[in-house]
Amino acid sequence: MERETALLLYRRMVQIRKFEEKLYQLFLTRPMPGSMHQYNGQEAVAVGVCAHLNRDDFITSTHRGHGHCIAKGASIRALMAEMFAKTTGCCRAMGGSMHIADYSVGMLGAMGIVGSGMPVAVGAAWSSQYRRSGQVVACFFGDGAANEGAFHEALNLAGVWKLPVVFVCENNVYGFSTHYRRVTPVENIADRAASYGMPGVVVDGMDLRAVFDEAATAVDRARKGEGATLIECKTYRYMGHSRFEKAAYRSSEELDEWRKRDPLVLFRDFLLGSELVDAGELEGIDADVDREIEDAVDYAENSPDPKPHDYRQYIFKVNDEFPTHHQKES
Amino acid sequence: MSYVLANEVRPIFPGVLGLMPVKKIVDALNQALREEMDRDERVVLLGEDIGVFEGSYRVTEGLHAQFGEERVRDTPISEIAIIGAALGAALTGLRPVAEIQFNDFLACGMDQLCNQAAKIRFMLGGQVTVPMVVRAPYGATGRAAQHSQSLEAWFVHTPGLKVVMPSTPYDAKGLLKTAIRDDNPVLFLEHKLLYGATSPGGKAQTAVQELGEVFTPAPDEEYLLPFGAADVKRPGSDVTVVATGMMLHKSIKAARELAGADGIECEVIDPRTLVPLDRETIIDSVKKTGRLVVVSEDVMSCGVTAEISALVAEHALFYLDAPIRRVAVPDTPIPFAPVMEQAVIPQIGDIIEAVKSVVYR
Ligand SMILES: Cc1ncc(C[n+]2csc(CCOP(=O)(O)OP(=O)(O)O)c2C)c(N)n1
Ligand SMILES: [Mg+2]
Repeated sequence: MERETALLLYRRMVQIRKFEEKLYQLFLTRPMPGSMHQYNGQEAVAVGVCAHLNRDDFITSTHRGHGHCIAKGASIRALMAEMFAKTTGCCRAMGGSMHIADYSVGMLGAMGIVGSGMPVAVGAAWSSQYRRSGQVVACFFGDGAANEGAFHEALNLAGVWKLPVVFVCENNVYGFSTHYRRVTPVENIADRAASYGMPGVVVDGMDLRAVFDEAATAVDRARKGEGATLIECKTYRYMGHSRFEKAAYRSSEELDEWRKRDPLVLFRDFLLGSELVDAGELEGIDADVDREIEDAVDYAENSPDPKPHDYRQYIFKVNDEFPTHHQKES
Repeated sequence: MSYVLANEVRPIFPGVLGLMPVKKIVDALNQALREEMDRDERVVLLGEDIGVFEGSYRVTEGLHAQFGEERVRDTPISEIAIIGAALGAALTGLRPVAEIQFNDFLACGMDQLCNQAAKIRFMLGGQVTVPMVVRAPYGATGRAAQHSQSLEAWFVHTPGLKVVMPSTPYDAKGLLKTAIRDDNPVLFLEHKLLYGATSPGGKAQTAVQELGEVFTPAPDEEYLLPFGAADVKRPGSDVTVVATGMMLHKSIKAARELAGADGIECEVIDPRTLVPLDRETIIDSVKKTGRLVVVSEDVMSCGVTAEISALVAEHALFYLDAPIRRVAVPDTPIPFAPVMEQAVIPQIGDIIEAVKSVVYR
């Protein structure tokens, strides 16, 4: 990994971490709209995979989408404004945390229905294949989603059509309250790839470099037209399932074990050990990101609230040539 | 109204026996499940996070501990398999109660529910019965378009399913027990804001504190409530208001305000079950009042308000002194921002305005 890449990826992970830490505080200290699902602990996955994607490559995201947005390069200001339900939010206050996404950087949406992004990713990959655009699709989903019918149908189609998609299973051990081994009869979700004629690999999802390397192979394979890959990243979510969920179903020892291998700490130690960078540079990035997050909060706070009926413009795309094709609201 | 359980029904009114009534819908549902599981070992539960975790809205609290893994089963996140397995079990001697975490996710298991469960008895010429219940929360609580819907109309539109929407602890318990004893697939929809519980997966949101005496507690006693029997939650002579779930309570509040400030007396009717629908109670009320306002949290087009309006137009048109008014979500998905959500969800003010318009005030 080159120095510049390493620094960018470090910055991305810090951005995700601090973005969410800030939101956690905000939710504690002031009324915030809706809820959120936090990504803390899983930063290396989104960042390691998106490192290989171009701006015009696609991703699909989930209810736990903040990290995917930042890793794909979405504007922190627009993300924060969406969390505040402001008109300057990336989804114009229509989606909130659960559907946070930015099409301008290739996000096809954050689906709140578990597993539902997977067939969509397959469709985008098909389109890329058809258009010979060379675009690759990365599809993020959880261990829980791997038990939805949509997972199996999507992988099968991608396998049989040899589509340029990388399925990224973020196995963070739990689907809501349920340990994945209570609901999944195989140790590795990656093993399921065999049924769909694609490689399945297991990777340490806390280790940015490991994710980075596996994703390189998978994206390269997709780009060359050789088909899909299923990468299972073993990772962990530090927070409860959602903002107000306390995660009493897991032990603090378990959490501590995983935290010892925190993706930011691991990568930081690696960088310092490799002498690619010095501590001052990393601290500089940390401080920089702090400012960036403060600026985003300022921006969000000072942005206009939507008006009650703003939603109307988003129900249908109105085509002026065919004005009668669109029902007026009752 | 022909209905299999109607003659078994012995409603017991709260307080009569002096036992501690439960004041929350979440507890009423829990009691119903517990009593039915105690009574009949064919009753089994399945769903996501319902066992060890005791349910995302705590409806199944204590049941895994009491009845064990065999009868309270945590499933993978697999709505097709949850509903399909309930169906298979129902066809072969069990009486499963499945929980779908939000009614929006019923869409994922739609084929099993609407093409299979709803039709299998019909297709087999009555050879089988399908004693299964699918429970699911509905309603808007600030969680944007995929977690806020009220989808009852989809299922009312699917013959073969019964659709239940209780608005009080008393109704919730009696109707769930009836649902479990019914030999047909029953969809049991529970409004998130009426549970009286905090979702551990969501913000502490509940509206039950301010609901007043209409929010009747459930006695800690065996009773069943019939399907197809609407309940007149508030008698009145001027305007008939029909509403379910959360909208029932908003309608009651509107009615109180209208009675106080404007001297308009609304008769507020809760159908309680949309399939079967107690048409007589609604039609008779309209014949008396000459005016109808229908309130619902589902969308306007082809929604529950459309159905009830059509019913009255067909059977009581010449009794009407004013056009029917509907208060429902306009034809839009639910937006995220609270100001926009509030704008699309019917509010008390909207109901008041509609009622005034039909009495020309
Ligand atoms: C179809 C569907 N079923 C259930 C839910 C409720 N739900 C939201 S997130 C979640 C857990 C998802 O687990 P996983 O796929 O492992 O993702 P994670 O939350 O761990 O990131 C559940 C059950 C949903 N949103 N959609
Ligand atoms: Mg998970």
